[in-house]
Amino acid sequence: MSQKNRLQDGGRIDRSKPLTFTFNDESYQGYAGDTLASALIANGVDVIGRSFKYSRPRGFVAAGAEEPNAVVQLGATEATQIPNVRATQQSLYQGLVAASTNGWPSVETDLMGLVGKIGGKMMPPGFYYKTFMFPQSMWPTYESYIRKAAGLGRASKEKDVDIYDKMNQHTDVLVVGAGPAGLMAALSAAQGGARVIIADEQSEFGGSLLSSKETIDGKPAMEWVAQVVAELNEFDDVLMLPNSQVNGYHDHNFLTIQQHCTDQFADRAPNGAVAQRLHRVRAKWVVLATGAHERPLVFGNNDVPGCMQASAVSTYINRFGVVPGNELVLMTSNDGAYQTAIDWHDAGRHVVAIVDARKNPQGSLIDAARERGISIMVGSGLIEVQGSKRVTGVSVAPLNESGDKVTGAVAKLKADTVASSGGWSPVIHLSCHTGARPVWDDEVIGFLPGPTVQKQLTAGAINGAFTTQAALSQGIQAAADALASLGLEVTDLSLPKTEEVIQDKAMALFHIPHNKPTSKAPKQFVDYQNDVTAAGIELACREGFESIEHVKRYTAMGFGTDQGKLGNINGMAIAAKALQKSIPETGTTIFRPNYTPVTFGAIAGRDCGELFDPKRFTAMHAWHVEQGAKFEDVGQWKRPWYFPKGNETMQEALNRECLATRESVGILDASTLGKIDIQGKDAREFLGRVYTNAWAKLAVGKCRYGLMCGEDGMVFDDGVTSCLGENHFLMTTTTGGAAHVLEWLELYHQTEWPEMEVYFTSVTDHWSTMTISGPNSRKLLEKLTDDDVSKDYFAYMDWKQMTVAGVPARVFRISFTGELSFEINVQANYGMHVWKALFESGEEFNLTPYGTETMHILRAEKGFIIAGQDTDGSVHPFDLGMPWAVAMKKPFSFIGKRGMQREDCVRADRKQLVGLKTVDPTVVLPEGAQGVFDPNAPIPMPMVGHVTSSYWSACLGRSIAMGFVKGGHDKMGEKVFYPLVDGRVVEAEICQPIFLDPKGERQHV
Amino acid sequence: MSDVNNEALEQAPIKLVMNQLPAIDVPFESPLHHVELAKIAEHGESQGGVVFRELSLGLLTLRCTPNAEQATSIEAILGVALPSKPLTSVSSASGELTVMWISPDEWLLQVPQDKAFELETRFFAEVGGHYSLVNVSGGNTVFELSGEDVVKVLKKSTPIDFHDSEFPVGKVVSSVFAKSGATICRTAEQSYQLVVRRSFADYLWLWLQDASKEYGLTVTC
Amino acid sequence: MFHIFCPHCGEYREEEEFHAKGEAHIARPLDPDACSDEEWGEFLYFRKNPRGIHHELWVHAAGCRKFFNITRNTQTYEILEVYKLGETPSVVAE
Repeated sequence: MSQKNRLQDGGRIDRSKPLTFTFNDESYQGYAGDTLASALIANGVDVIGRSFKYSRPRGFVAAGAEEPNAVVQLGATEATQIPNVRATQQSLYQGLVAASTNGWPSVETDLMGLVGKIGGKMMPPGFYYKTFMFPQSMWPTYESYIRKAAGLGRASKEKDVDIYDKMNQHTDVLVVGAGPAGLMAALSAAQGGARVIIADEQSEFGGSLLSSKETIDGKPAMEWVAQVVAELNEFDDVLMLPNSQVNGYHDHNFLTIQQHCTDQFADRAPNGAVAQRLHRVRAKWVVLATGAHERPLVFGNNDVPGCMQASAVSTYINRFGVVPGNELVLMTSNDGAYQTAIDWHDAGRHVVAIVDARKNPQGSLIDAARERGISIMVGSGLIEVQGSKRVTGVSVAPLNESGDKVTGAVAKLKADTVASSGGWSPVIHLSCHTGARPVWDDEVIGFLPGPTVQKQLTAGAINGAFTTQAALSQGIQAAADALASLGLEVTDLSLPKTEEVIQDKAMALFHIPHNKPTSKAPKQFVDYQNDVTAAGIELACREGFESIEHVKRYTAMGFGTDQGKLGNINGMAIAAKALQKSIPETGTTIFRPNYTPVTFGAIAGRDCGELFDPKRFTAMHAWHVEQGAKFEDVGQWKRPWYFPKGNETMQEALNRECLATRESVGILDASTLGKIDIQGKDAREFLGRVYTNAWAKLAVGKCRYGLMCGEDGMVFDDGVTSCLGENHFLMTTTTGGAAHVLEWLELYHQTEWPEMEVYFTSVTDHWSTMTISGPNSRKLLEKLTDDDVSKDYFAYMDWKQMTVAGVPARVFRISFTGELSFEINVQANYGMHVWKALFESGEEFNLTPYGTETMHILRAEKGFIIAGQDTDGSVHPFDLGMPWAVAMKKPFSFIGKRGMQREDCVRADRKQLVGLKTVDPTVVLPEGAQGVFDPNAPIPMPMVGHVTSSYWSACLGRSIAMGFVKGGHDKMGEKVFYPLVDGRVVEAEICQPIFLDPKGERQHV
Repeated sequence: MSDVNNEALEQAPIKLVMNQLPAIDVPFESPLHHVELAKIAEHGESQGGVVFRELSLGLLTLRCTPNAEQATSIEAILGVALPSKPLTSVSSASGELTVMWISPDEWLLQVPQDKAFELETRFFAEVGGHYSLVNVSGGNTVFELSGEDVVKVLKKSTPIDFHDSEFPVGKVVSSVFAKSGATICRTAEQSYQLVVRRSFADYLWLWLQDASKEYGLTVTC
Repeated sequence: MFHIFCPHCGEYREEEEFHAKGEAHIARPLDPDACSDEEWGEFLYFRKNPRGIHHELWVHAAGCRKFFNITRNTQTYEILEVYKLGETPSVVAE
């Protein structure tokens, strides 16, 4: 297909570099320098999608980020799908494949259109709320219908093959927007010695100048741009980011920029290259030079393809060498838009008429249009467009002075393109992200950035300064303000010279009246993307929605990826009029991040796949992997869960591991336990304050178990602490609690008891810890050390320094299994050596590695709790049946003491930890099962506590469990019932939570 | 009997000072042992914008709020004064020792591995008052990152500002690094040391490979 | 994302290095055993939630691991000052 709308010459495209691309399965040609939008328009493609609610054909409206309709699905392969790309921002490249997002069943077929046309009456605003509220069960049906019809784009079904990345940036000045104001600000700031980042969404810097015929310093504007870019390039501390959308403005001048690194030249990034990068910028100053969006006017059928922003038409002509039609009607309320008719005329196409709502406009552009013989209809409004897939004609009628009433006969004109301009809305979105409320300005006829607490400056059209001259001068001023605040030298920059344009006053016109009432007139669209019409807003107001925030939510105006870029001001104005208030009185909704959609890829960056979450390994990890261990996540640690042999099931492996440990010797990699080195003359006293039990008399060489509680008296961690020296202790914590406990100790030391002489240092990773447990563990240890490990010399709850397998070690005789156990600690760099040596020597004892699951079973057989499994932050030591671990008589009121004595904590019917033996010993209760005393009680049954730990015990040949039961400590021998989801009710007997060796004889040998 | 027997413990019951290095030749496995960096150095890329090396050093955490007497005795042992200015480091003339400021009452000492026990012993003998010195050599490893693109990789990994004006040679910061943490010291114009925890070393190695991909990564030993 | 000046490190750092620890200046009663249940409950659970000036305890978790205080405007998110433990804020609500 030929590029029928392409001009022979002109524009910033390279006609020597043709590019082939595909849109909706059709192949087209464009040129390097095109956007997808300009290339499609060059090829005469009018319909880009279908509308959200009414499924009306939609075409291009804009040429930049504000485009509401041309939102496409990009990607040549399933793996490179990107949804919600604006065709107006997407650079064209060879082989680009795009499809309409919003075109079910197809953009050219009117199947939904029919529904839409009927649906128009059926689907007033608030339709979703009103209709789909009930019945709730139908929601999935409605939702799938709406989603399909709404065409919100889709993520790839395959793994995204591209690389995304994030980078943290710091700068003195971040300039957002590289139009005349932004470039001038960046250059001035750089010359003053500041670190500068300047970002712009377009592939080239220049902003409005890219499509302007103005001159700066007597040269075409883009020559000036090229010169500034070259100058900026000379600075080491200037980072220029084209193809980069500043998407979010967050607290304390933190902004995010989505940079399209390879999207402009490839479907898939070349090997190793980053496709998109999210810059996370902390800026001392931000200069918003984001420009303005032209406001289209609201009139009947203003969504028919061929209706565009006036400035967009000029952009396509001047920047891309594309004229989007043959017969133009321009509808305007201001002088500026006349340039579009002039550009159209100068491109050799016919301007049917300029329709100006003002009675007697005067200005240099108007004169220029007149000189070209273009017909100007003043005091008139374009009230309605004819056509469905393309404009075929327009209706024009005279308007009254205030532009809210048709005063005469309607004339019809033939045309295929309508350009409209209701003036310019400053792009204040970013300024709103931090909560600043926009302020209405009657002169500008738009909202300006509101007062802010951010270090934010603004320059150019965002301030309503719409001339290039004003933009340049405000750019310099913004840079000067930033430099002064940064304490940098302000160099005296001369202001480039521009042509002066005399303009008449614009008229505040938003909604062109029809000769029929709004509710009866053809649809007058305000928000294209959400299909919100003027009639809809008036209806919302009639239905009693008086707050603009409510109107927004009722109509969906300004929602979604559009964020009200084109429609919001018109919508506010229409609502204000319907409510008989002024626009400032009506106020405005504010805009949220992100300004345009950001891919999940850019947000995720490299934090995906293997790098999604850190995996922490012990020094023996490679051995576990080699042995075929199954792993369990404990926090970020990868801990061996169990070590299956051959075709063993998990339960078979656990049975084997448990029996081997109880009968001979097993080994556990316990390196993940938190370890904190504590030193200082007050260390002992400190332990007494943070643990619930007594520490005053723990002798050097001894170990003790302790419970740690919060001030509320509830247990949050536990572990063994050993006395290494009179003023020196080693605390162990749970694997998951290590970081929290260390911070807890620091918190109390720094805030409450800074006078105490004590220091804490994490040594978790420093020591490899391997626990050998079982009746043969001493024999095994003896083979690897010359030191005395006899019962008399090395007693239970002692620790010793010794040499194990040639490596200096600290060995602790503590036991979590109830068996004779030795916990061997060596510096982690030697952990693997000692571990392997244990296996070499352990063969004769059938040394069996076991993981966390066997550890859990063995400890449950002994009734030892696991903090975090058998506790949940709502149980104190007495609930756990551990009064022996609380020393109420300690002189200092330790953390948790007062809390556990509150009225609620001493109730007799608190849930208390007990042992549970199922009446049928083969049944293993599910953990989490809720108990009841009377299984026949009416629903809802009073629940009396849940099962916290439950296992099959191979050693005992039956199931065992621990759990909470109301008043359980006084209910030994009584029954509790567990109704399960599958309908079974399991009966269990309450018992002491110790199933094996209640006297603890095995660990004392 | 081992060299460090329990008599020492009885003689010096205030604090435990322990030589943790084996007296005999025992395989030493750094946290990246399994990666076989030597093989990568031999067979991997020989050119790239980022150069990686794992250093196995003796590392000790000193916690102290030194009074004049302590400051003097510590300087006598180290040969340099503890850097009291936040985020700075000092090295001994020989380069054998580096002291990094971590916190107002915390420093990280880097020495050759076999010097850690000697340092601990001297502190125990010569420094009075309240302090703690803990050997953390096994709990951490040191990554040396250098090359012309090193700052870009660092900027992907941590929110610290590495601009020359903000991060001169000798500066040291502790911060988040990817989804873990690191103490980062600039040791030369284009060279940085990362002190990272042992258990996170593999994750950070994967991260650094990934983040360096577009610049090319070279491993040296 | 806050930008927080650590009074110990002496420079601004990103929020991700810090943990917020709730309202500042909640002192543990010196004699907890003498507190009534109500007083202890007050200490444990009751916190201010002002709109405007607020004092908060933060810790430089990934940095120097020191706790310190921040005076922050909860409405604008401005951090008005940071100060070390034991110091009194210079910015207070009227």
